Amino acid sequence: MTAEVWTVTFRVFRRKGAEAPHYDFFRLEVSPDEYVLDAIERIWAFHDRSLVYRYACHHATCGACGMRVNSVEKLTCITTIRSVARDGGEVTVEPLRNFPVISDLTVDMGDLYRSMEAVHYPAVSPVAAAPLPTIPAKDGISPGGPLREEPDAHRLNDCIECGLCVSACPIATTTAGYLGPAVLAAIQFQGISGKPALAGLADCEDGVWRCHSAYECTAVCPSLVDPGWRIMDLRKQAIGRRFRRLFGRGETA
Amino acid sequence: MSVQTRSPSRAAQWLNFPHRGVGMWAFAMNRLSALGLAVYLFLHLFLLRQLAEGPSAFDRFISLVRSPLFTLSEWVVVVGGLYHGLNGVRVILTSLGVAVPYQRQMFWILFGIAALGSLAFAIRMFTA
Repeated sequence: MTAEVWTVTFRVFRRKGAEAPHYDFFRLEVSPDEYVLDAIERIWAFHDRSLVYRYACHHATCGACGMRVNSVEKLTCITTIRSVARDGGEVTVEPLRNFPVISDLTVDMGDLYRSMEAVHYPAVSPVAAAPLPTIPAKDGISPGGPLREEPDAHRLNDCIECGLCVSACPIATTTAGYLGPAVLAAIQFQGISGKPALAGLADCEDGVWRCHSAYECTAVCPSLVDPGWRIMDLRKQAIGRRFRRLFGRGETA
Repeated sequence: MSVQTRSPSRAAQWLNFPHRGVGMWAFAMNRLSALGLAVYLFLHLFLLRQLAEGPSAFDRFISLVRSPLFTLSEWVVVVGGLYHGLNGVRVILTSLGVAVPYQRQMFWILFGIAALGSLAFAIRMFTA
């Protein structure tokens, strides 16, 4: 069996410092089952050593390689060329939106990381707290039910802080002060009950109420965090908290 | 090969046509209809001011707004109001945490009702 070979032109966003942005075009022979990040790496290795991009793990865990592929936010390490191009076609690769561009495809995510830290988003949490889907026992061998039931079992939390949701969010484009889907999801994950600091961050004009329910964050999230649903759930929590305070039953802070 | 480009405008980034989903379209149309209805409200109050200028001025005004162009404009107001109100129901429900995973289906159902309502109004307004 011979490997399938496609010729694809990569239209890559370039920008260094204050200079005007431009696109460079690179024609590559690729396998359609390679990932977009593989092509970017090959461009760097064989065509242009000055191309700056960010990556680390190559398996959707580190969240470093988020870019816009044909105007849609993708983790390039798990986006096959087949899914975004055709043989003889063109693929546009651009940096994430709503973050300052440092160089080419690399953006400054410092604000997002600092905000995630400020809301104390935990890196791991008990398996029991994770909304894992129940695995159906289709083959009669693998057990149904949650993956593990040991009370001390922990897992990495779903959000990998890749920033795709922030890039896709239309509100983050128009309102710089908006807390954004990732941070609001991180607050919802912990709940605001009994946490006045988190509640104050979420229940304000640049918190949950700034969202205009476009659900673009949920559409691009590579990690099934569903920030859109979490923001709406956080609204429900915020409304409940306000009602409780109205009747003198909330926390006093 | 290298091609110069300009940074896209914020409006273009906001809309990101055509790469957005149903939720974004619902939001964009909601915003558009809201602006339209707000402008209409001011126009409405401004034009009704003629009531204060006596019966003959108001009769002249009424004969003006009976023109087909005004009927069409009124229909546009009805369409905007129907869409904005019905999508508002969806936004209220999801904001209370209700049926958020079904926001797409809810959009299409309410959009369908708004479309049927608009059609009903069109038949009533343009055939009478």
